[in-house]
Amino acid sequence: MSKYYLNYLDELESEAIYVLREVWAQFDNPVILFSGGKDSIVVTHLARKAFHPAKIPFALMHVDTGHNFPETIKFRDDLIESLGVSLIVGSVQESIDEGRVAEEKGKNATRNALQITTLLDAIEGNKVDCAIGGGRRDEEKARAKERFFSHRDDFGQWDPKNQRPELWNLFNGKHFEGEHFRAFPISNWTEMDVWNYISRENIQIPSLYFAHERKVVWRNNSWIPYSEFLQLDEGEEVVTKKIRFRTLGDITITGGIESEADTVEMIAQEVSAMRQTERGNRTDDKRSETAMEDRKKQGYF
Amino acid sequence: MLDNNQLLRFTTAGSVDDGKSTLIGRLLYDSKSIFEDQLEAVESTSKKKGHEGVDLALFTDGLRDEREQGITIDVAYRYFTTPKRKFIIADTPGHIQYTRNMITGASTANAAIILVDARHGVIEQTKRHAFIASLLQIPHIIVCINKMDLVDYKEEVYNEIIGQFEEFSSKLLVKDIRFIPISALLGDNVVNRSENMSWYQGAPLLHTLETMHISSDINKVDARFPVQTVLRPQREGFIDYRGYAGRIASGILRKGDEITVMPSGFTSKIKSIDTFEKEVDEAYAPMSVSITLEDDIDISRGDMIVRTKNKPESAQDLEVMLCWLNNESAKPRTKYIVRHTSNEQMAMVKEVIYKIDINTLARSGEDKEMNMNDICKVKLRTTKPLLFDSYRENRGTGSLILIDPATNQTVAAGMIV
Repeated sequence: MSKYYLNYLDELESEAIYVLREVWAQFDNPVILFSGGKDSIVVTHLARKAFHPAKIPFALMHVDTGHNFPETIKFRDDLIESLGVSLIVGSVQESIDEGRVAEEKGKNATRNALQITTLLDAIEGNKVDCAIGGGRRDEEKARAKERFFSHRDDFGQWDPKNQRPELWNLFNGKHFEGEHFRAFPISNWTEMDVWNYISRENIQIPSLYFAHERKVVWRNNSWIPYSEFLQLDEGEEVVTKKIRFRTLGDITITGGIESEADTVEMIAQEVSAMRQTERGNRTDDKRSETAMEDRKKQGYF
Repeated sequence: MLDNNQLLRFTTAGSVDDGKSTLIGRLLYDSKSIFEDQLEAVESTSKKKGHEGVDLALFTDGLRDEREQGITIDVAYRYFTTPKRKFIIADTPGHIQYTRNMITGASTANAAIILVDARHGVIEQTKRHAFIASLLQIPHIIVCINKMDLVDYKEEVYNEIIGQFEEFSSKLLVKDIRFIPISALLGDNVVNRSENMSWYQGAPLLHTLETMHISSDINKVDARFPVQTVLRPQREGFIDYRGYAGRIASGILRKGDEITVMPSGFTSKIKSIDTFEKEVDEAYAPMSVSITLEDDIDISRGDMIVRTKNKPESAQDLEVMLCWLNNESAKPRTKYIVRHTSNEQMAMVKEVIYKIDINTLARSGEDKEMNMNDICKVKLRTTKPLLFDSYRENRGTGSLILIDPATNQTVAAGMIV
């Protein structure tokens, strides 16, 4: 006799596919926010499944800080080509050049917060009414409160205290002109689920996730990759280490960890034994206790 | 990795006073789901607040306002995994003014944990939580009698509270109910068996959650397939492909099944059930699949594919248990958008039959105003027939929400009687 229940990964997959199809049915012009990180890669993979044998009916949108890992950009372009979907790039450099935002100063300067303006401009400029993201509720305490369909007002802002109740699987994506939604198909996945899924589905991910030799600087308790954008402090030293990244973001703020894991299976094993959260290596979250909540309210991913 | 591990969603309603946050903190901590950096953050906050040791409740702190006021305002979702199962906790506030959040958390739950303070026994809040769990038809209820350490772990206290609970819960529709004496603060019977209550023969909470039978929680009898969208690839190899994409709401569908498309009533046979990887012979709830039929029929979003021999009800006049979710009260004879499965149309509340006092379960036919957090039985009239089963038989096809077209807000949640 067959079993008539799903295992947890199949159930999470089925839920995500349902959310993606619901986005397609309820919105006119959705896009997938694609950072080149594993979560947005998994969302893109799920979108392929959701609409098969048709191709993914959304464009991918990338907010380019200009401070990229070159590996990420190559990965993005290869993926776009193989999927046959279009790519929309929002450029933080352009936002700076146009005077929309001002670059932060000092050693810990990043373009992290500047992305918000670029993202919202790209959403407005392309008339996007739903931006699909790879955010997960286990990542961070403000994200734990997110809905699958999350409303943004006409300033792109999130109002966490006044969210629409979301019951059963009945999503309300109704919105007025100028407002938009963020949709999070993998809300209920944990970091471990994502790795188990990548392993099970044999999903291609950028080489940065695997252990590799790289020039790095020890800063804020993690190995920050050395790049032309990094200002070195006195006493800071560039060394070569075998490291890998747990999350991928702007090259100036994404810290690596020392690791020997060079296969997905080894990574999954390493993650399951991990005693630090993945965002523990992100200096953007360390600025204050409510750093993520504050950015999200303004329109961050 | 164990391939057959299931996912269990449970809800915990309660306030800080019941020890709800401490219980969740304990589950996360003892199942080793807390990371070092989270622990360090909580340790430092505990110290700042002058607590001795680690205040487990701080693990569930959320938004700025919640941290400042020490309360839960909105549903927060938390995750942990054991070698046996993956768990999703919908952590909801327990106060009456947050009934809507409790209902939200309860809507997708397999199990509800209801906390009772051993010193106070069953109080109004307990009854409210049990009522909501039964209204939302959560399949399993676990009553945790907490703070047993403060009543010297006495068996009599435990038995007395079970008696109190059963006295009023006989009026509720609950399929599976269990009672566990615990101390969330000290860890008795949460993850590890208590050495202080040898009189308790049952399993600790975590073991109960890991082993309870949940595969029957979704209706597997009545096959219902609401069509979400139609897939027409129009590319090489799939020129004529026309797949109806959706998530099976309940039941099992097989290749070759004789089906009826509702509301049109056209009949056909299932030609194939497709997933990304392969064609499958059968599929069941809650799988997301794409279905093709033998005949070319006009089908679109909002239609439902069912087995010809087992159809849902179809009606325009429905009796619904409605929970009002919005701070703007219901306007009489106003048209709202109703969302039910993948279907959407207009609806009007024709009549409030009665309102339930959720603390006493008393019904009142006098007070007909629907304000935020009110639960009423109403008569709803839709512009076209809805295809439904009663909520009690089928959560997927018995649930609906109302949206106010003037504000786009989700204003009510309904369970079809």
